[in-house]
Amino acid sequence: MSRTAALSAISAAALREGERHDLLLAELGARDAQGWRPGLGAGAQGGEVAHGEIFARADEGAGAALALALALDRQRAAVPDPLADTPDERRWLWVQDREALRRSGRPYRPGLPEHLRHRLVHVAARDAADALFALEEGLRCRDLAFVIGEITGNPRALDMTASRRLGLAAERHGVPFWLVRLDARRDLSSARMRWEAKSAASPPPRWNPQAPGSPAWQAELFRARRYPPGQWTLREQAGRLMAAKYGAEKAGPEAETAMDHGPEPVSAPLTSDAQPRRAG
Amino acid sequence: MRFALDRWRLGAGLAEGEGVDAAPTALIAETAHGPRIAAANAAGIEAGARAGMMLADARTLCPQLAVAPSDPAGDLAFLETLAAWAMRWGPWSALDPPDGLLVDVSGAAHLFGGEEALLADAAASFARRGLAVRCALAPTAGAAWALAHHGPADAILRSGDDPVRRLAGLPVAALRLDEDVLTLLRRLGLKRLGDLDGLARDSLARRFRNRRSASANPLMRMDQILGRVPEPLLPVLVTHAPLVQRRLMEPIRHRQLLERVVADLAADMERVLEGEGLGARRLELGLWKVDGELVVRRVEMAAPTREAAHLARLFARRLEDVDAGFGIEMVRLRSPWCEPLMLAQGDLEQRAAGDLGDGFAGGEGIADRGTSLAACIDRLVVRLGAASVRRPVPRESHLPERAQRWQGPLEPERTSQGFFDFQFRPLKILDSPEEISVIYETPDGLPRRFRWRGETHDVLRSEGPERIAPEWWRERGMVRLRDYYRIEDALGRRYWIYRSGVIGDGRGGIPAWFLQGLFG
Repeated sequence: MSRTAALSAISAAALREGERHDLLLAELGARDAQGWRPGLGAGAQGGEVAHGEIFARADEGAGAALALALALDRQRAAVPDPLADTPDERRWLWVQDREALRRSGRPYRPGLPEHLRHRLVHVAARDAADALFALEEGLRCRDLAFVIGEITGNPRALDMTASRRLGLAAERHGVPFWLVRLDARRDLSSARMRWEAKSAASPPPRWNPQAPGSPAWQAELFRARRYPPGQWTLREQAGRLMAAKYGAEKAGPEAETAMDHGPEPVSAPLTSDAQPRRAG
Repeated sequence: MRFALDRWRLGAGLAEGEGVDAAPTALIAETAHGPRIAAANAAGIEAGARAGMMLADARTLCPQLAVAPSDPAGDLAFLETLAAWAMRWGPWSALDPPDGLLVDVSGAAHLFGGEEALLADAAASFARRGLAVRCALAPTAGAAWALAHHGPADAILRSGDDPVRRLAGLPVAALRLDEDVLTLLRRLGLKRLGDLDGLARDSLARRFRNRRSASANPLMRMDQILGRVPEPLLPVLVTHAPLVQRRLMEPIRHRQLLERVVADLAADMERVLEGEGLGARRLELGLWKVDGELVVRRVEMAAPTREAAHLARLFARRLEDVDAGFGIEMVRLRSPWCEPLMLAQGDLEQRAAGDLGDGFAGGEGIADRGTSLAACIDRLVVRLGAASVRRPVPRESHLPERAQRWQGPLEPERTSQGFFDFQFRPLKILDSPEEISVIYETPDGLPRRFRWRGETHDVLRSEGPERIAPEWWRERGMVRLRDYYRIEDALGRRYWIYRSGVIGDGRGGIPAWFLQGLFG
């Protein structure tokens, strides 16, 4: 009896210890999550490697565009090396399986962000297995700035194990990674952040309100490690990722939603917007 | 003639002088005048059959002569595979029909332990395959031919020897001349090569001045043998390709051992390349199998490299489908395409950590720190093919789908004029524009609603048209101009669509609409 009692006492102590630990974690998480918005360069400051999944439809460009916007935003938010005077010229990898290529097209260089155009390495994989191989090789490469994958549907090859492998490779070598899931169900995955993205109405350009404006997406974060889920309207403007709580964007898109972060943005908008550029 | 018989005997699965081969046998070719003997075996020759005889004549000498059909096309095909196999003694070989092979062994003899050892090895290898050969080694193809056909067994003519003296005793047939020229020479009393050498060159030149072809002109042949004029089957420029090889004591049949050997070869190659300050861009791995087949695997690297672990890893994937058969007896790694690669400082930290093992184990240590871009691309290309790993570069064209071109990821980009800032281009374009059905207000006006992939899109906002004319210098006259519109539908999806042609342009009926690009 005494033995059982001793055991239970130990386990109770362990439980208390664990509980305290959990509480501590929760507290930390809450503090981190407080006031968090996408587009604040999340992860880059904490040293956490991005491993995100973006669910999107294949017949619109939202998925890949949001992945690119997040990647750009992360690069911009990263603390620059004060001694380096050359821009980041590392290549980045974009892997598509055949179906993604057929349904949503291939990258078009003139439409890519100006600073990423000449650095793209594109892989057209035959199927999901080949695409996963290419992604993993890319994540293991120390010379890549980031990796984007586009995989259609829920192929058998992309299971929890494959997802975990990719996540571990990204973490180990510090290569940010976004996987765009086209026309896919929400299945098991080890991604740190999982988004559901679709196009949203763009803010009207100043000079021609009849024309489409700079891209905007309605993004739902439905699963994340450290942050509360939520819905945002994300926009790319003047090289920065802007976030507004979903539904709040009606009240003046340029007003209170601009989240300034990082030093002076150096990049052009993600896709060219219809506004004429101002000098200086 | 022995060659055809050897092949016939191999096909029947016989050793020499065994079974059917013990009886007089001849291989015959059908001619317009009836069957003619192409080759006869030892017993047949003893009984009086000679190559070139009519079968009927041979039968009168030897009534019990058995016959089998000859197969010159098959012989030639076999000689071809044999020539590829014979490259085990040198990087380059050529056919010498009907039954000869020429192998360039320059710079390869030391791999076999000298020229004598090389010849002995060749003789032994052919004997193992059941083929009787005579080998000879000489600085020129002509001299080697002469020695192999008419000289002593396993003759070697070294570059320091005096070829005129060494070859003087050979009969004039050693000159590879046509039959009628040989007859003529014999009538002139010229029986040995030495006799030719003793004559005044002028008189011979006069005698044969209207003979243009080498095989009809003994002087030309003589010059070829002595190396005074080049013989075109020798490579004009001697290209030196770093080459390492392993001849295996025991033929290997298992993948694991083969990978081990390849890793060793890669390490050898690394040392050779390092010594010359080169990096390999293309590597050829030759696997000589016991049954006489040659399997070749090639890999190309995106950037010059000599990292043994990386090379071995690239080949490991290409070895998956190698069928070893009865085993592989020789493995050779050759680097036909090299580029300068200077020495670099090794990774001290890693070396200190001691995890820079050899061969495949070394790959793991390197993988911890991530691969380099070139290595990553090599691995992608080996599995997916070079056509799958590319990068877009601009091309001088205003047609959207022609404005970008795809090339290798590490190839340098050519200069170009760049893109205009006022042209808004989509993030992605479809490989071929998809036709959509469009409702529009006026025939030339903005689109209002369209159907694409079974879904209706209401156009809320649009900008256009941007008119892009066809490239008249390239396309045919009936290609229509395009009016491009950037549009945004009710759900905020942004597309790039165009109308092909305008009404009344005389280039077809009602203009069709296409969707070409997707904006972010």
